[in-house]
Amino acid sequence: MKRLGPFVLERRLAPPRHVVFGVSLLAVVVALLLAALVFWAYGVSPVRAYSEIGRGTLGTVGGLSDIVRRAIPLILCGVGLTLSFRAQFWNIGAEGQLLAGAVAATGVALFVRVPDGFRLPLMFLAGFSAGAVWALIPALLRVKLRVNEVISTLMMNYIMAYIVEWLVHGPWKGPTMRGFAYTDMFPVAARLPYLTGTRIHWPTLVVGVAAAILVALLLARTRLGYEIRVVGQSPDAARYAGINFTTVLALALVVSGGLAALAGVGEVAGVHWRLRSPGHVSMGYGYTAIIVAWLARGSPLAAIFTALLFGLIFAAGDLMKTTLGLPFQITGVFNGLILFSLISSDLLMYWRVRLASKEKAWTGQAGS
Amino acid sequence: MAEAAWAAIHLQNITKSFPGVLANDRVSLALRSGEVHALLGENGAGKTTLMNILYGLYRADAGEIWVKGRKVNIRSPRHALSLGIGMVHQHFKLVLPHTVAENVALGLSGTPFWAPTRAVARRLGDLSDRYGLPVDPDRRVWDLSAGEQQRVEILKALIRGAEVLVLDEPTSVLTPHEVGELLKVLGRMKAEGHAIVFISHKLDEVLEAADWVTVMRRGQVVGTVRAEETDKAALARMMVGREVVFRLTKKACTPGEAALVAEDLHVRSDRGSLALKGISLALCRGEILGVAGVAGNGQRELVEVLTGLRRAERGRVQVLGQDLTRASARRLSDSGVAHIPEERIRMGIVPGLSVEENLILKRHHRPPFCRGGILRLAAARRFAGQAIEEYRIQTPSARTPAKLLSGGNIQKLILARELSGSPALVIAAHPTYGLDVGATEQIRELLLRQRDAGAGILLVSEDLEEIMELADRIAVLFRGEIMGVVPAGEASLEEIGLMMAGERRAAAAAGGGR
Repeated sequence: MKRLGPFVLERRLAPPRHVVFGVSLLAVVVALLLAALVFWAYGVSPVRAYSEIGRGTLGTVGGLSDIVRRAIPLILCGVGLTLSFRAQFWNIGAEGQLLAGAVAATGVALFVRVPDGFRLPLMFLAGFSAGAVWALIPALLRVKLRVNEVISTLMMNYIMAYIVEWLVHGPWKGPTMRGFAYTDMFPVAARLPYLTGTRIHWPTLVVGVAAAILVALLLARTRLGYEIRVVGQSPDAARYAGINFTTVLALALVVSGGLAALAGVGEVAGVHWRLRSPGHVSMGYGYTAIIVAWLARGSPLAAIFTALLFGLIFAAGDLMKTTLGLPFQITGVFNGLILFSLISSDLLMYWRVRLASKEKAWTGQAGS
Repeated sequence: MAEAAWAAIHLQNITKSFPGVLANDRVSLALRSGEVHALLGENGAGKTTLMNILYGLYRADAGEIWVKGRKVNIRSPRHALSLGIGMVHQHFKLVLPHTVAENVALGLSGTPFWAPTRAVARRLGDLSDRYGLPVDPDRRVWDLSAGEQQRVEILKALIRGAEVLVLDEPTSVLTPHEVGELLKVLGRMKAEGHAIVFISHKLDEVLEAADWVTVMRRGQVVGTVRAEETDKAALARMMVGREVVFRLTKKACTPGEAALVAEDLHVRSDRGSLALKGISLALCRGEILGVAGVAGNGQRELVEVLTGLRRAERGRVQVLGQDLTRASARRLSDSGVAHIPEERIRMGIVPGLSVEENLILKRHHRPPFCRGGILRLAAARRFAGQAIEEYRIQTPSARTPAKLLSGGNIQKLILARELSGSPALVIAAHPTYGLDVGATEQIRELLLRQRDAGAGILLVSEDLEEIMELADRIAVLFRGEIMGVVPAGEASLEEIGLMMAGERRAAAAAGGGR
């Protein structure tokens, strides 16, 4: 217990759910208030900015569809990351895993001879496998050689980004693209259908929501999920219980990386219809998904909603560029502010603040 | 305040709370120069908290501290030392790779900038002679025995001018011989006019060493008595608030088939040195074999090699006649070896998981708790309900995170899990360490019940009384070897003490007394 003026701080070992939710919401609100200062510094009235954003994104079908379209890769990467984080494996590599999925899907779309009906399913399958392998490498490095996964997953992102650059400038550069660094356009059978009247590539969305539900079930109801939670919370207890650390971590990362890679499949097959430079394929979804998973506090179902929130921020970034003349990078500022206030809000979750009660008065008497 | 002026230190109405616990509830205590004042109480009674407040590590929520008639507000250990208050913690705070002199010089004011250790070594020599605390200033601390390290800690406090010295459970790491040495040192310090606080929960030592005994229970002072005017039974009554049965009812041992046969075990420690040098043991079903010894003589490695957490370099392990040398932890567990680990919170439970999830930790991969990779939560819940009732685990519900349970209830949870499958062999490491009297008694009864039900139990403990009370035979480990195995009924404390200090008992040197 600590005293701060008239307040008393008490430690709370297991914060109840409504506190976790309330504190997380508060963190987002605080971040929005801080962002208002940035608008103000740019000479844009924060009130006008937020009302424009509200109208432009939530107020129109086009705006809403933009939010969902942006949220799709965030859902898939975010859900995958919740699994990594539950295993206490700090996977910063969703970006690279996403790109690995995009590369594999492009390969299947352009260069593999399959009947049209099998092309898209095969693209998803190949994408998942590529992401799984890309995530498995740092997992094995960590288990076998004790390589810190934060460094290795981050480095794997750069490797995959340069592989993509090399492909689109070199061997996969489209002959019909007149010197641009693109592959050829995907055949129609390799393009995902839209929800009528929008640009939402709905199969990926369905896969994303299904993945969230399945991962939630995996964690709560299966032997593997149980072992992931044990390994994550107490490696010593896992060893004591005879749980095979290597197998559990490897499986968790296969799923985690595979899901991030499905996001990459969705981007090339549903948005771009080709592979292009990494910065265009992803917009940093793999990194933003870290905040998505964090804000969801490791819950795959909650990640759907936090992903929608960040979808909104991305959509708002587009909007601010066109209507308010603000740079798109403002989304980065938003994301940073939210992560920052989230991390600081942990303090509020684990400490209860209340007014000092009569005990204090009693102390006063004893001291006199 | 007349008394406060007379006493070297006077604590008045000290109150300190931690989340969910009132660790000190209006505690008052007077310490006088030239006297040893024992603080007696169970683990968790608030003794260490009180002394940490005196030493400036915690701040009291309420209450006053008077030093030599002046009211003080002790802000830090440095401040406490400047008031002449020193403390030797239960877990030593020494820099292991440094020498004795370097450790003593660390943070010591008044040492010269150049070659500080030379000046310190000289002063150390004087103090060592005066108080009978021999120690070589040039030796590296990791190379010293626990008793020697303790001497370094005492010297650290004395060289900083401590007039009041707090010793937190100083005897818990010592051999019986070293305890005697320490008591002599306390006598010299008394004669030099120091006031000494001696924290312990061992009645014999307290009666031998102290002038005054203050008994604490659940954060409160039960009473302060003169040591010469009291006895063990009276103190024990004060400690637990009721009569204590010092003898558990124990049926005669009826050894059955061999539960465990270990032959010529060689095991390396984490540092790579041989921690077990050819140990052979035999343990029958329905028998408890106590393993005594000062900490760090191979107990940890013995427990780990028998539970699959460490590989044997050489030798054989058989459980119920089945060769399980170098078997994995899961294979051993599935073959009926239960493990009550030494570090119950770090290893024995997953703190964030619920009580019921923790109860299936060892069997989550097998029916009835898992079929086809899917957890059977209903089965886990049924089992948890039974276990909570049968083992009297006090928890708000089966879904409460295990970390919110008290130490005693965490240990009951572990026992419920480990003993429920009627294991043939139980490896129990320090099963009652740090538990209160009630939980200790219950855990010991559970172990005896398991023995009577036909389990072989290997009981590793530093608490000799516990081993004498529970074990049918006692093996003593010293530097990775067994000094002897004696039947509990024939063993005397002195004899076991000698073996703990490295004296081999000729008759039972090898073979494990089979």
